[in-house]
This record gives sequence, structure tokens and C-alpha cells, in this order.
Amino acid sequence: MTQNAKGVVRVLHEVGLHARPSVRLTQLAKSFSSRIEFGPSDEGPWTDVKSIVKVMKTKTPKDALLHFRAEGTDAQAAVSALIALVERDFETET
Amino acid sequence: MVTLTGTPVAPGLAVGPLARLAATAQVARPCGSRAEERDALAAAIGAAQEELAVLLARTGNADEEGIVAFQIALLEDEELTNPAYAAIDAGKAADAAWRAAMDLQIDDYQSSDSEYFRARTADLRDLFERVLGQLAGNGVEAIPQGAIVVADDLAPSRFLATDWSNGGLVLHRAGATSHVAILARARGVPMLVGVDATKLDGHSQALLDAQNGLLILDPDPATRRAFDRQRTTYALQQVADARYLATEARTSSGERIRVMINVAGPDDVESLDPAHVDGIGLVRTEFLFHGRDRLPDEEEQYRVYRRLMEWAAGKPVTIRTLDAGGDKPIPGLTREHETNPFLGVRGVRLSLRHPQVLNVQLRALARAAVGTNLKVMIPMVTLPQELERCRAMLAHAVEQLAAQGTPAATPPLGMMVEVPAAALAVEEFEAAFYSVGSNDLIQYLSAASRDEPELTSVALPGTGFLRVIRAICEYGNREGREVSLCGDLASDPRHIPALLDCGLRTLSVAPAALAAVKATIAKC
Repeated sequence: MTQNAKGVVRVLHEVGLHARPSVRLTQLAKSFSSRIEFGPSDEGPWTDVKSIVKVMKTKTPKDALLHFRAEGTDAQAAVSALIALVERDFETET
Repeated sequence: MVTLTGTPVAPGLAVGPLARLAATAQVARPCGSRAEERDALAAAIGAAQEELAVLLARTGNADEEGIVAFQIALLEDEELTNPAYAAIDAGKAADAAWRAAMDLQIDDYQSSDSEYFRARTADLRDLFERVLGQLAGNGVEAIPQGAIVVADDLAPSRFLATDWSNGGLVLHRAGATSHVAILARARGVPMLVGVDATKLDGHSQALLDAQNGLLILDPDPATRRAFDRQRTTYALQQVADARYLATEARTSSGERIRVMINVAGPDDVESLDPAHVDGIGLVRTEFLFHGRDRLPDEEEQYRVYRRLMEWAAGKPVTIRTLDAGGDKPIPGLTREHETNPFLGVRGVRLSLRHPQVLNVQLRALARAAVGTNLKVMIPMVTLPQELERCRAMLAHAVEQLAAQGTPAATPPLGMMVEVPAAALAVEEFEAAFYSVGSNDLIQYLSAASRDEPELTSVALPGTGFLRVIRAICEYGNREGREVSLCGDLASDPRHIPALLDCGLRTLSVAPAALAAVKATIAKC
């Protein structure tokens, strides 16, 4: 069944969405089948989380808010997992 | 003989033939059919991905892994590769199509306002050259071992694929924050940046002195002999010191000396082994407050402190509350245009005038202290009342947290000893521990500014300073309170015998000085 999910989180990483956080974000996003996007507000503009090129282009700085939205069979799980990743400062789960 | 200067970004000395790396050659491939060109590009990208996967498996640490993983992720992204395939469909050859697609990305990064994003241009060029090399049917030219490599810039993956034993690196464009500089420091490869590579024509041998920022071309015999002596001394010293890194520090008579490190935050300890230290003697928390438009909140500070406690795994970690002012201004917090900032509203004097800022920090510290060996240290204490006001605020913070059901603990509260009036009367302060801030204490005792180059011979740890240290140590021993020293003095092997002689048994030093300090202690 197709779900819609939304969520918001603050980027705590010292230099924002730089190379390593972006890699972790896109890798995790790709493990879900849903279409997942993020933007600086809940009205976009929206960026495909599965594309590292697009994610890096947003040049998202530290302390910026990330609004996630997802659509698909695992939308809720995807948004929860991505928010958890940003909250633990992009560290891999231990 | 020609001597060029540059900025050292990774220490060390190297000697060898000059190896100049040319920029990527323009490869000309005959253009096949569209299907052939699409297949050629796909095969080249696939081969590049395999090369990167091999590199990833070989990487030695998190920095290296991050750089290679970023390039792998870029190659997997259709956003990057689709424009290249589109260019082939429009009639371009695979190499020209790849060049056009990558130029688009590189230009975007190159024009960024942020130094960080501009530095990533090197990663994109690296990827560009890797795929292009595959298309041309050959890998990139190998970098000779044991050479002084000079280039405009160097791709991180080429750095990783090179054997750097006895070699060195000189780049024109890269900065201290570039990936290559990070890798060079991690691998111990001497490296200079900002050297004008156009002045190298006609030279073949080079001496690289990344201690003093010099590149000496075709040295005369006397210079060469002097450099070889310097290099031998340095190498022997490194080898001799390294043996002490992983061992507990003991004097020649077997007395145990605790050696801790001074850090600015979690990034500083990431590459260090906690087994090599007796704890963290000083965490400067100013870094949390710098280069940003708002102060860090409780949650953010808590996470940072917690990461440090996790790294230390039970060993003591002394976290100093915000020590702003003096030479460390923070916009919106410290005062502007003080006539004499080092004698002004700084350290605890500033914190007590901004209790809301100090309260947030104390709450975060009390939370991070749960189940850990965290200690809190107050900077620039002059009067006992200042320490008592901090103690009351800490107690209040713990009560507040308890009332709202948040786990918190009261960490031991100690003080920096850097103001002479406090240093001469430590018995008046109810501190759990005393840590001597030698940089400030020396400048105040000698009335000589520490940033005045003409006064370096005046601002010395003389008899007066050592007498004060001895008195503090005697008091600490008598009362069973720990005394340590966390200034630059402790990192300088020349001063260690005198400090131990005064009775100091705990030193906190720069991480890079750990091995040398332990080696020096063993000879005391």
C-alpha cells in the first residue's frame, strides 16, 4: 500500500551536508523503494535524496532544517530512518 | 641552488629527484558509432568503479574511506552520468562527452563561495581523470617512489595509490583543509602547499623541509650535508620517540607520570588511540562557539561532550567552560575594543556576566557526566567567590535537570591556575583539582605579552614561575588534590625536566607531542 510520510530534522554536522554525510544519506535512502525528497521548507524546493550530485548541490549548511517527504510502500520507515541518521550526526549505527 | 618557500601542511623532511606531474593529457579517440561510444563509456565507468572498490578495501582510516566512498557514490549517480550519455546521443565521442559532463559539475564546485566545496573540485577531477584514463586504454601514469612530487594539485585517489616511502609532496593550489593534506598528515608524508611550480624548470634534485616550509632545488654540497644531518637527527628522534608512544610514561627511576592530551573537540581524537593517553587534560570548548551565527544549544553540546566521553572509555576528561575573550573573541559575546583584552572581561569573568550561556553549558556537562569520568574546569579564576558562584550554578543546573527527570550528575569542579593572585593563594580555593595554564601564567608573571615576537626571550618560565609551580604542587600533595599543567610548556621536551623537578606528575600535551614527551620523561 502506498504511504505518504513527512518529517523534519536539524543538521548538526560541523560543515553541514558535506561529502561523507551526503554519501551516508544517499546510501540509506537507496535502501528504500519509496521516492524520497528533502527541502529547506515544507514547500520545497525538493531534492531527490537518492542522488549524491543533487544532495551536494544544495550546499546545506550546519543548523539548516531538512524537511523530508516520501511516497511509496516504505515511506514511513524511510523518513524515520533518515531522520535518525541525521540525528546521530551521520554516524553509522552501532 | 634555488630556495623556494611554501606553507607546511604535514611535517617531515625528504630528499630525492624532482618528479613533476603534468596535467591530464588531452586524449584523442576515434569516434565510433553511438552504440559503440555508449558501450565504451559504460565499460570505462565500470572499470573505474572496480578500481575504486579495490582502493576502498585497502584504505587505512575513516578519512581515506570517506574520500573513496564519495567518488564511488558519484559514479553510481545517474545525475552525473546521464548528461554524458546524452552528449554521446547528440554525436559526441565518449571521452568528449565525459569531459563535457564533468566540466559542468567541476565548474559548479569551483565557483562556490565555500572553501569546503571548492576543495571537492579535486575529487571530481580525480574521477574525471580516472574514467578518461580507462577510455584511453591505460591507467594514469605511476608516481615514482622516493621522489619529491611537484604538481598543481593531486587527486586523493592518486595519493592513496602511491607508495610514499621516503617521498614528499609539493602542491601549488591545495590548502591545509584539502583532502590530500589530511591524507598526508595521516600517512606522515612531508607536504608543502603554495609553492609556485613554474620556477622549477631546469632543476632535478630537491630537498623538502616541511618543518621550516622550504623547497631547496639542486642544493650545493654543504647545504646537502647539513640537510642530511638534520634528516638523520629527525628520523632517529622519531623512531626513538615512537617506542614510547604506546607505553605508560615513567621516569628513569620508575616513577609514573600521567600524560594526557589537549584537544579542541571530537575531531582531534578521532585518529588517536585512547590506550596511548592517560585521559584528556583539557578540552577547549571555544570551538563550539566559533565561526557561527548562534551559540550552541544544550543538546548539541551534550552530544559533543558525550562523544569525547565515549572515546575516553572511562579515563578522565577535563572539560573547560567557555574561555572567550583575550585573543579568542566571539562576536556578540566578548567585548569589542577593550584597551587590554588579556587583562579584561575574559574567561569566567565573561561567563558570570552571561549566566544564561554558562547555565546551558553546565547543564550539558552535568548530563554528559552521568556514568563517566568527566571533570569541569573554570578558566581565569582570580577570586574564590568566582569559583563558588560557578559551583552554585552547577548545583542549580543538576537540580533543574533532576526536577524535569533528566539524568544528571555533579562532576568534580576544578580551576585553571593562570592568574598570579590565585596561583599564590591556591589554598583559598575549594577546587577539586588545579591545572596550571602556563601560557597565561607566564605572560602575567613576566608582564610580557605572549604574542609579541620581540619579547619571547622575556616571557620565559624562569625561577619565579617555577617557584610558584613548586608551591602549588606541595599544597596539592599535602591536601591530596591533583595538580597538572596543560599549557604549551608541557609539550616542549626542553622544559619537562624542570617541571617534574617542581613536583608535577600530570602533564597535558598537544597530541602530536605525545611520543616526544613520553620519551623525554623516560630520560628524566
